[in-house]
Amino acid sequence: MSASATRQEGWSKAPAIVDYGEGELLEVSMGPHHPSTHGVFRMDVTLQGEQITKLKPVFGYLHRNHEKLGEGQSYLASMPYTDRLDYICSLTNNWAYALAVEKLVGQEVPERAEYLRVIVGELTRVQNHALSVGFLIQDMGASGTPLMYAFKEREKILDLFESLTGSRMMCNYMRFGGCRVDATPAWLDEVRRVVAGLPKFADEFERLLCTNEILMARTQGVGVLPAELAMSAGVTGPMLRASGVNYDIRKVDHYGIYDRFDFKVPLGSHGDVYDRFMIRLLELRESIKILEQALRDIPDGPVMDPKAKIRNFRPKPGEAYGRIEAPKGELGFYLISDGSGNPYRYRVRPPSFVNLTVLEDMCLGHNVADVVLILGSVDIVLGEVDR
Amino acid sequence: MKTVEEIKAAIEAAVPGAGVEIVQNPGPAAQHSLLLQPEHAVDVAKFLRDDAELALTFLSNVTGVDWPDKEITEKVKVTKMVTKTVDGVEQQVEETVEEPRKRVEPGYLEVVYHLYSMTKKHGPVVLRMRTKNRTDAVELPSMTPVWRSAEFQEREIFDLFGVVFTGHPDLRRILMWEGFKDHPMRRDYVEPDDYDYEPTAHDAVLAKATAHQARIAEQKGAGQ
Repeated sequence: MSASATRQEGWSKAPAIVDYGEGELLEVSMGPHHPSTHGVFRMDVTLQGEQITKLKPVFGYLHRNHEKLGEGQSYLASMPYTDRLDYICSLTNNWAYALAVEKLVGQEVPERAEYLRVIVGELTRVQNHALSVGFLIQDMGASGTPLMYAFKEREKILDLFESLTGSRMMCNYMRFGGCRVDATPAWLDEVRRVVAGLPKFADEFERLLCTNEILMARTQGVGVLPAELAMSAGVTGPMLRASGVNYDIRKVDHYGIYDRFDFKVPLGSHGDVYDRFMIRLLELRESIKILEQALRDIPDGPVMDPKAKIRNFRPKPGEAYGRIEAPKGELGFYLISDGSGNPYRYRVRPPSFVNLTVLEDMCLGHNVADVVLILGSVDIVLGEVDR
Repeated sequence: MKTVEEIKAAIEAAVPGAGVEIVQNPGPAAQHSLLLQPEHAVDVAKFLRDDAELALTFLSNVTGVDWPDKEITEKVKVTKMVTKTVDGVEQQVEETVEEPRKRVEPGYLEVVYHLYSMTKKHGPVVLRMRTKNRTDAVELPSMTPVWRSAEFQEREIFDLFGVVFTGHPDLRRILMWEGFKDHPMRRDYVEPDDYDYEPTAHDAVLAKATAHQARIAEQKGAGQ
């Protein structure tokens, strides 16, 4: 099913701001305690009637200066802290950090560890996309049912994470030069069983949602993000691809072993909430394809480079910027080493923080009720926005 | 993708007097960077974005780095007259001795930009800019008019490092609250004395508690 096959006619025009004349402007503070804001997030909204004329996002309620904490401890000690950035996708956070440090010291990763990283990374993407779509529908007013469909599938994946890493959400799985523990054959069989059930879930989910009349009416033509603005504002991930820009870091950087897998990059053409929703469902299907290939090809071997340095880990002076395609967009880590055991500078480039830059541009002229949907389609996690 | 040297040459051809320097990265990542002069930075940025071959349309990451004043102790060879007893006679003899000398290298705040191209799919090109010092001359030109993605990230650097971006449309604190005074990501930032009582204080908490009690006693002493 493609995004354009299910499009209704006449919905694809963003409304212009109607001037109500001498009417009063109303300032509303949406949040920080609001169920639609996915955490502690506030939007200072100026309204003219029902329409948004100004919107300023306000955040930092969860700020704990993660970057300063990273400067005060050793490289490895930051690994469990990265779990807490985007707490939905801890394994991709681990991966991005491990990749940046491996770039900094020039560390190689064994074959089997690369496959394990792809498997857990794509499982993370599947559960993130299912969950964000579920929450989007929840924001729309469809309480419960679609979200519970997503949660049911996510629960199976979290069980897999727990049996591999010991923790459902705070996995702390990757190390510089490999992974912490090896997967047993029984675990891989269990993953194969779960992955075999995923296409059925995707079919069911698409049948339930994609042609739903209310969903189409509420999302098509809402929150349009033009491709030029998306590029200039550094928007990444499914949001950028929904605007029709073909930029997937898995394809661009070929990090890890992604050039070995056959998968496509779904692109939207309208850049509205509906396209973002569809792109996530289509990407979920591509992730299933990658998972099937990785589970078929995974070789035997070590999961840690035996030459990797663990104790007294002191990178030579220098710097590195490493990035991966996290489920929410480009997640990058920038590290400066001064030759000591702690990083001199430890910077996280969080995808949802940068994606929020265009929130106001997408909301202008829409009704208050649509702001909730537009924010839901950005897919933010406050753990990484505030850091 | 062009090398840093080629990009430097292209910038200098397009923006006369840009004065770009290459900062080598000695690490294995070998992501060398270009140090821009703040006066020409916006012109250079526009060139990098609009040039057909480079087309660096995507500003991915903006970071601040704090480099505090460095006190360097080095040995300097000094020639001076020394009174010495040679063969039982006191004489003035010229001698070269090594003397330690302290020198303060002024610190600065640095802003690092990581650029990629979404159309050509290459990168990163790393740009750097440095302020004159860390106290009063902390202005740098904003890149937000060139790349929108700098908007929130530059606000974050303003908030946490205290770099003032001229030309930024909406320069306010973003993560800390309004009215907060200091810049927490600076290396000489001192945490406020917000000690809470803990019955079994130990290690760092004990040190914090002791300092807190000392400060209270000092204030009481000054009050009397």
